[in-house]
Amino acid sequence: MNAIRLRGLRHVYPGGVEALRGIDIEIPVGSCFGLLGPNGAGKSTTFEILNGLIQPTSGTVELLGKTWRADAPWLRERVGVQFQETQFYEKLSVAETLTLFRSFYGARGLDPAEAIRLVHLDEKATAHVGQLSGGQRQRLALAVALVGDPELLLLDEPTTGLDPQSRRALWAIVTDWVGRGRTVLLSTHYMDEAEQLCDRLAVIDGGLVIAEGTPRELIARLGGDHVIEFAADGPLDPAALPVAVHSLPNGRMGAAVTDLHRTLPALLSALDRSGVGLTELTTRSATLEDVFVELTGRSLRDG
Amino acid sequence: MGKSSFGQLVLFRWREFSREPETLFWVFIFPILLTVALGLAFRNQGPQPVAVAVAGDTTDAAVRSTFQTLHADSALIVRLIPTESVDAAFRSGQATVVVVPGLRPTYRFDRRNPASASSIALIDRDLQRAAGRQESFVAQLDDRPARGSRYVDFLIPGLIGLSIMNGSIWGVGWNLVQMRSKKLLRRLAATPMSKAAFLGSFILMRLVFLGLELGVILLFGRLAFDVRIAGSILDLALVVVLGAASFSGIAGLIASRASKSETAQGLMNLVTFPMLLVSGVFFASTNFPDAMQPVIRALPLTALNTLLRAVVNSGTSPWTMPVELLVLVVWGVVPFALALRWFRWT
Repeated sequence: MNAIRLRGLRHVYPGGVEALRGIDIEIPVGSCFGLLGPNGAGKSTTFEILNGLIQPTSGTVELLGKTWRADAPWLRERVGVQFQETQFYEKLSVAETLTLFRSFYGARGLDPAEAIRLVHLDEKATAHVGQLSGGQRQRLALAVALVGDPELLLLDEPTTGLDPQSRRALWAIVTDWVGRGRTVLLSTHYMDEAEQLCDRLAVIDGGLVIAEGTPRELIARLGGDHVIEFAADGPLDPAALPVAVHSLPNGRMGAAVTDLHRTLPALLSALDRSGVGLTELTTRSATLEDVFVELTGRSLRDG
Repeated sequence: MGKSSFGQLVLFRWREFSREPETLFWVFIFPILLTVALGLAFRNQGPQPVAVAVAGDTTDAAVRSTFQTLHADSALIVRLIPTESVDAAFRSGQATVVVVPGLRPTYRFDRRNPASASSIALIDRDLQRAAGRQESFVAQLDDRPARGSRYVDFLIPGLIGLSIMNGSIWGVGWNLVQMRSKKLLRRLAATPMSKAAFLGSFILMRLVFLGLELGVILLFGRLAFDVRIAGSILDLALVVVLGAASFSGIAGLIASRASKSETAQGLMNLVTFPMLLVSGVFFASTNFPDAMQPVIRALPLTALNTLLRAVVNSGTSPWTMPVELLVLVVWGVVPFALALRWFRWT
């Protein structure tokens, strides 16, 4: 069964901006799915629609087999959300905030103390929200999303602006939640986060899904799981090289390869034959960042 | 309050209120300061004695007897001055009336100065009597103030009206816009929270805070200025709740869309400031030209203040004033209906 099913999802804002131009996504129950894309790609609009806060211009939206139109109260009980930049009331304590939000849910839902424990805010339970650090506030937002014990968790850029330690802490919580058989959809523009957490990914750009698959599959689409990047001190004829290369910013060249131990020496001798010298050479494992650059010609954070 | 969401929302509102020191100041201290300042500034002190000068030579018997006669009147402060310094006495304010004794005395006065003009009658009466005039009768004087007629009696109901307006507009409208600008409304809308419970928590707590705010003003007015409620407490409660409902509806409408605090603040000032001036908070709205009266009477704060003064000062039942009641009901129902229709959680 699918926890989320989107079919031909289009959304045009009143100003005429076409934010979504036909999105199809299916997310099975019990998995973690990532939406990747730069700012303005349509991630936030997709979240608004999934949260039932706006109606799409056209297309099908099913969550847990139901629709917002027909079963909003049923879905509200079972869908937990975290928005970007919710500011909870500063003079309320962590425990008071969670008790308030817990009271909105019926028999479902966690004990507020358990939600606090899940996000490791035990020591801050009686502290006012105003006294929390940025990372602690994000964890509070996550606890508020979890306190209804949701079957489906929607996290919109949950780690944006966090320090590496807080991000890892948040990843652990999400992994744990998926381990309980629940479904998580998160958006991010951090590739490492997507690789770490997500079973499957969709890369969104310009309101369309431009690639979908497991992190491995997407990286495999590059033509290799290693990346060579180099710069030469003279003009190069790409046809004379043993691998397909593409241009990178600052006059550098890049290539994705499978057998690094064979391809690299071949490339070096080809360069040698052409009579040009190397000014720079790096090799590394391919990441989703490379996938994104390959797909869109832009870096993820260019926006 | 247990675990019910209504109880939790009420607690939330209470904490939001009680944990802001500024709120406590505006609700409890500010009305007292305002009442004290205005009550003192506009205390009814009775007429000030009028400065009168008798001009002439002190050796002249007519001058001396005129001086004696006027000196006996406690409403006058009299001094003797030489004839040549009459103009100087007017300029320096030592005299507002100058009497030049004689067979036909001369009263020099300033027609533009009401105290100067009105004291002529007094001076003339004293001098006529001294010259032998017989009065047909001596009237009895009764200057006990009518209950509820002092300025502070006028002011306290006006301040209650102002407090109801500001409390509702800012207490409801401002809080809603703040919650929207912090995306807290949107977060609440993404839970199964009952919207009726949310609205109900605002209404209940507004009534509680209103009780506190008005209690402070009424108690202080009673203790410091002996301002009493002439009518029934039930009538007062009816008027107060109706007023609060009316302004809460307006507040809801103002806050239905605004997502920036600045926008909301501007709108709220735009709505409240004209009424603060024309609706009879500090002075009677009838001071404005007749042509403006229909508009002024249609404003909710005017209607509220009129009803409050009727109950507090005259003990009149609000049911005898259907126009004012209707104005409040209309201002309560129409904006509230629009607010429900237009309200945005995001």
